[in-house]
Amino acid sequence: MFVEPRTQALIGGLIEACRAVITANADHLSELDRAIGDGDHGTNMRRGCEAVYAERDRIMALPLPQALEQIGFTLVMSIGGAAGPLYGTLLIEIGRQMGKNGEHAGFPRVLEYAVDAVARRGRAAAGDKTLLDVLYPVYAEVLRRSDLAGIAEEAERSARLTFGMKAMRGRASFLGDRSIGHVDPGAMSCALLTAAVCRFLKEQGSA
Amino acid sequence: MNPKSANVGIVIVSHSPLVAQGAADMVRQMVGDCVPLAWSGGNAEGGLGTNAAGILAAIEQAWSEAGVAVFVDLGGAETNSEMAIELLGEPRSKRVVICDAPLVEGAVIAAAEASGGAALSRVIATAEELSP
Repeated sequence: MFVEPRTQALIGGLIEACRAVITANADHLSELDRAIGDGDHGTNMRRGCEAVYAERDRIMALPLPQALEQIGFTLVMSIGGAAGPLYGTLLIEIGRQMGKNGEHAGFPRVLEYAVDAVARRGRAAAGDKTLLDVLYPVYAEVLRRSDLAGIAEEAERSARLTFGMKAMRGRASFLGDRSIGHVDPGAMSCALLTAAVCRFLKEQGSA
Repeated sequence: MNPKSANVGIVIVSHSPLVAQGAADMVRQMVGDCVPLAWSGGNAEGGLGTNAAGILAAIEQAWSEAGVAVFVDLGGAETNSEMAIELLGEPRSKRVVICDAPLVEGAVIAAAEASGGAALSRVIATAEELSP
């Protein structure tokens, strides 16, 4: 199976960019999680990114759809907590949809399907104070073909908006109204990762 | 550890290894070795949490042709269990059910039902009668 060096560099770069942003923000993510959850989101996400990084050679040897799917499986097996299945489902479904539809479907359609799969996995909806409150706005930006900087900005803005939301799913929902006034850690990690991916793709584009 | 059995298997999933193991001990005391039983608790590093790989291994360990009933504590345990069941793949995944019942009481009553040779649907229904 031949994989273009450009694709390999893309996958390797994305893995590295995600690992770097999570490493730099792991303590902050755990701190957010301590306020309304069990305080391990940063640690869990770092474990996941390190696991993917450790497997990068094997992953980079795969065509893009299979590489993304494999990253998803690795995240499921390593992150733990609810974030593992949620991020895992996102990557697995993006990979599968890309593989199934080739280039024809277009990325917005692929992303829509994957985000819906995450919602089904978590039995959550928009406004429940979860990572979906970043994924749906990001999808909307992708759909209207915003530029990468615009998508990153919207992701970060959406994460901040979870501050005022009441958690309806996950451990934070046990707190009821007391969950209001804190940024959701899952939404924050999702925004950080989205922004890191956008920054990397932008650099690639301009290089 | 689990003898080959025609009885429904029981899997216990908790964020805490101590809770999971303790609940499994209670099941074992109730039904002895006649029900395949396994547990998964804690994250990959042994701290509090759940992980799909551990749950998948527990389902394999408690596997029975009659099916497996899975008992979970909090949210992540359920989400990770669903993921583990998918990873198990068809057709076996169709014979694994996450039970909507309290972890300890559900697992013990389900195991008692399973030890009498009840079908998976019966085992699940008996445990779920405990839920409000």
